[in-house]
Amino acid sequence: MIPVSNKVRDRRIVRGRLALAGGGVLLLAAVLVARLAYLQIASHQRFSTLAQNNRIDFVPIAPVRGLIHDRNGRIVAENRRVYNLEILPDQVDDIDQLLNQVGQLIELETESVGRFRSLLARRPSFERQTLRTDLNELEAARIAVHQHRMPGLELQARLQRHYPHAGVAAHLIGYVGRITADDLRRIEPRAYRGLEYLGRAGLEAQYENLLRGGPGLERVETNAHGKVVRSLGRDAPATGLTVHLGLDIELQRVSVEALRGWQGAIVAIEPATGDILAFASEPNYDPNPFVNGISRADYQHLLDSPQRPLLNRALYGRYAPGSTVKGFVLLTGLQHGVDPNRQIYCPGWFRLPGRAHRYRDWKEGGHGLIDARDAIVQSCDIYFYRLARRLGIDALHRGLSGFGFGQVTGVDLPGEPSGLMPSPAWKHRARGQAWFPGETVITGIGQGYMLVTPLQLAAATAALANRGRRVAPRFLTATEDPRNRELQPVAPLEAGRWRVGNRAFYEYLIDGMRGVVHDRNGSAAGIRRGLKYQMAGKTGTAQVKSIPQDEKYVEEEVERRFIDHSLFIGFAPIDAPKIAVAVVVEHGGPGSRTAAPIARRVMDFYLLQQLGMFGGPDAPAAAAAASADSADSASTGRPATVATVTTVTPTVTTVTAAQ
Amino acid sequence: MSTAQARPAVDMPLLTAIIMLCALSLLVQYSAGGENPGCMVRQGTRIAFALALLFVFAHIPPPVLLRWSPWLYGGGLALLVIVLSAGIIGKGAQRWLDLGVVRFQPSEIMKLAVPMFVAWTLTRLPLPPRLFTLLCALAVVALPAGLVVVQPDLGTAILIAIAGMAVIFLAGITWKMLIVVATLLAAAAPLVWNFLLRDYQQQRVLTMLDPWADPLGAGYHIVQSIIAVGAGGVGGKGWLAGSQSQLDFVPERSTDFIFATYAEEFGFIGALALLLLYLFIGLRGLVIAHYAADSYARLLAGGLALTFFVSVFVNIGMAVGILPVVGVPLPLLSHGGSSIATLMIALGILMSIHRQRSRL
Repeated sequence: MIPVSNKVRDRRIVRGRLALAGGGVLLLAAVLVARLAYLQIASHQRFSTLAQNNRIDFVPIAPVRGLIHDRNGRIVAENRRVYNLEILPDQVDDIDQLLNQVGQLIELETESVGRFRSLLARRPSFERQTLRTDLNELEAARIAVHQHRMPGLELQARLQRHYPHAGVAAHLIGYVGRITADDLRRIEPRAYRGLEYLGRAGLEAQYENLLRGGPGLERVETNAHGKVVRSLGRDAPATGLTVHLGLDIELQRVSVEALRGWQGAIVAIEPATGDILAFASEPNYDPNPFVNGISRADYQHLLDSPQRPLLNRALYGRYAPGSTVKGFVLLTGLQHGVDPNRQIYCPGWFRLPGRAHRYRDWKEGGHGLIDARDAIVQSCDIYFYRLARRLGIDALHRGLSGFGFGQVTGVDLPGEPSGLMPSPAWKHRARGQAWFPGETVITGIGQGYMLVTPLQLAAATAALANRGRRVAPRFLTATEDPRNRELQPVAPLEAGRWRVGNRAFYEYLIDGMRGVVHDRNGSAAGIRRGLKYQMAGKTGTAQVKSIPQDEKYVEEEVERRFIDHSLFIGFAPIDAPKIAVAVVVEHGGPGSRTAAPIARRVMDFYLLQQLGMFGGPDAPAAAAAASADSADSASTGRPATVATVTTVTPTVTTVTAAQ
Repeated sequence: MSTAQARPAVDMPLLTAIIMLCALSLLVQYSAGGENPGCMVRQGTRIAFALALLFVFAHIPPPVLLRWSPWLYGGGLALLVIVLSAGIIGKGAQRWLDLGVVRFQPSEIMKLAVPMFVAWTLTRLPLPPRLFTLLCALAVVALPAGLVVVQPDLGTAILIAIAGMAVIFLAGITWKMLIVVATLLAAAAPLVWNFLLRDYQQQRVLTMLDPWADPLGAGYHIVQSIIAVGAGGVGGKGWLAGSQSQLDFVPERSTDFIFATYAEEFGFIGALALLLLYLFIGLRGLVIAHYAADSYARLLAGGLALTFFVSVFVNIGMAVGILPVVGVPLPLLSHGGSSIATLMIALGILMSIHRQRSRL
């Protein structure tokens, strides 16, 4: 064993070192205290701020888009709950692998993946992006089961725009679309925080600012993984305004159905207010697939269709007005002192002095002695050739422009065309050519350069119904704040007055237009049977192809694309007009045959069914309204629904056979 | 030694400090565990079990420990080799040994066996140790430390090394030798850096030097820990109210970075109180060593006390960004059964040594 003296020495050595160790321990403690004092006292403010910034995050809350109602409170654009598949990019390790996994569970279109990738590259990685929308129950369930092994993937119940009437009002309501990379360069980012859609077409685009609402902002506490732990308070988003339209969606549906199988447009206006009651364009398309991006193939199919379903004919269709212009020409004449009771002789043709060219009447052999009223009732061309020649193009131009031809109506839809009201100045400017007298003559029957849109025609007809008071056609009648349900009506807009010398001129013309429908020899007499109310109307037949001189016009031999456009304008009831209508049916033949029956069907439905006037609908009309089916409209054939229209004019069948 | 039997087995001041630490441990574990009572219950169970071990070891006289030292060391070394070879077969880090009932880390044994066996080695001959004895002692430290490093468990290896070196230092190694050893270590540093440390370990050292260079990457953990401590301020944010810890910004908040959680919620005052408790235990251990009955007990007690406080320093130093990140738990506060058990045994040994103290 170790000697005792060594033990004492050992103890002294170790005790010395223990003292040193004690000093060392105190030193280390002092170092820690100094460091803690520096961090917790001297730099506390800085670290406190850093900790705050760490945990607080601002999350935008998308507002609910405003609804669109028709005049009877029926919803034409709503928000539907759907399941969307969303990805939080910064929580995904390998995007390609994730997409692959998801692709094995549900169908992923190449296009939606492509759009997702382009947004991924553009938007910050902490922002969630939608990979696929509108999952069905089965798909949602499949994702839900496998979600746990795909971090960063979320199944979200979202509100998505839905158009319950599908194609019926597609051309005017338009649609919303997903915000694309292109949009991001254009829009105000603050107004669109948290939003994924914007109004892309039609009224959805026009009233984007009313419908969109204001995004809210939520202050949230997030953890280190970016996951929201709790809400610290929020500025609630403001739901978009409810937009009320003057549109009657039922009438719209009836209008679309009346046109089914044809290409054409119907515009119906409430004369007193300018409210657009119906704004139909056929064929139409379903706007719902556009909400989340229609597939390229489907879109190409719509674009390639010869019937051009995407074209809004009511707004953009430009047609020669044909004989529908005659009433407006007569009013111009009356203003210029023409005596309506003075008869002229109609031999069936008209020739300018010193010229060989004969301007023909539609009726071979002519109408004989005829005054202004009969010229309207029977749609005598010769009367209006002579009237136009007498007035001259400048007076015609002024007079017709007064009804809004050649000008935009100011309707609340983007991109309205102005049509064309020709004049010598216009021809010189546009074509560099002089105006020929013959061009004045054919302007009198709505042929030549003159082009009108169905909307312009309806607006001008409403002005006739108002005995000269023009109102601007409009869709928006009121907005409503969904929070307090406060209705903010929009005042109708007077589109400027154009009233000829006195009201008697209008009454004279309107009496003639009454004759068009109600007289035995009226050009639209075919629709008068069973009519319960007084209707003023005017038929029109617009030439698509000029017929060579001395060649007999044989309809059956002409290809359908060369068949005339069929037009009709009218309003009812005559004493207190509730509805003014313009109908254009492309290649529909004479206006009396196709357009006029369609117009009657529309007016019958509105006045009898919707307004319940004149004892309400009679049995067949009610049945027709009840059979409101939503069959495919893109077919080129003529579905059975048109049969109700064609009963009036059996000759249509021959046209079909000739095709 | 009839007087020893008359003294109580436990040292009341030491035990009081330990109980206070355990109480804090439960509080901070509850907070760090996301207010999950289960965490607190598990920590409480571990503490109760460890306290039982403390009482058992408080009754084992130092001479018994002296006799056990070589066997404990040899057995521990054998287990380390077994664990390591099993780990190689299992192709991964292997620290655990599953005994069916309990799983434990053989490296934990070494935290005690190394100071015991180093003290045993050095007390074979009169102090201060000569060169040969010293080299033997160094080998005794280096062998297990090396085995643990390759597991790899740098934190435990460092603690093992500290425990051994503390004993060697206390044994009165001459200043000349100390300088030589220090020089050797300094010379070995580049070799250790290049050949012993893995990439991630090198990165940790670099990160410690400037964590803000890459606050979202390599420096993220240490930066978040520093922010937590700094955000605590003087009075702290209050129990359960530390946003950095509660929202997962503080990494390993129940284990290695428990101090960040504690300091954020209890502030400078709380940290100071905690530090005082640790300081008290460390210094009390040194005092116990001072009065120990013989050289072996003295060296062992001193070594254990020093190791205890140095591990506190290493852990807190890491959390406040003045030392590189190594996996050294904060004594008694960190979650983890093995380390708490080992610590309690060490404290029990201190009590036993104190019970058997000389009256000088």
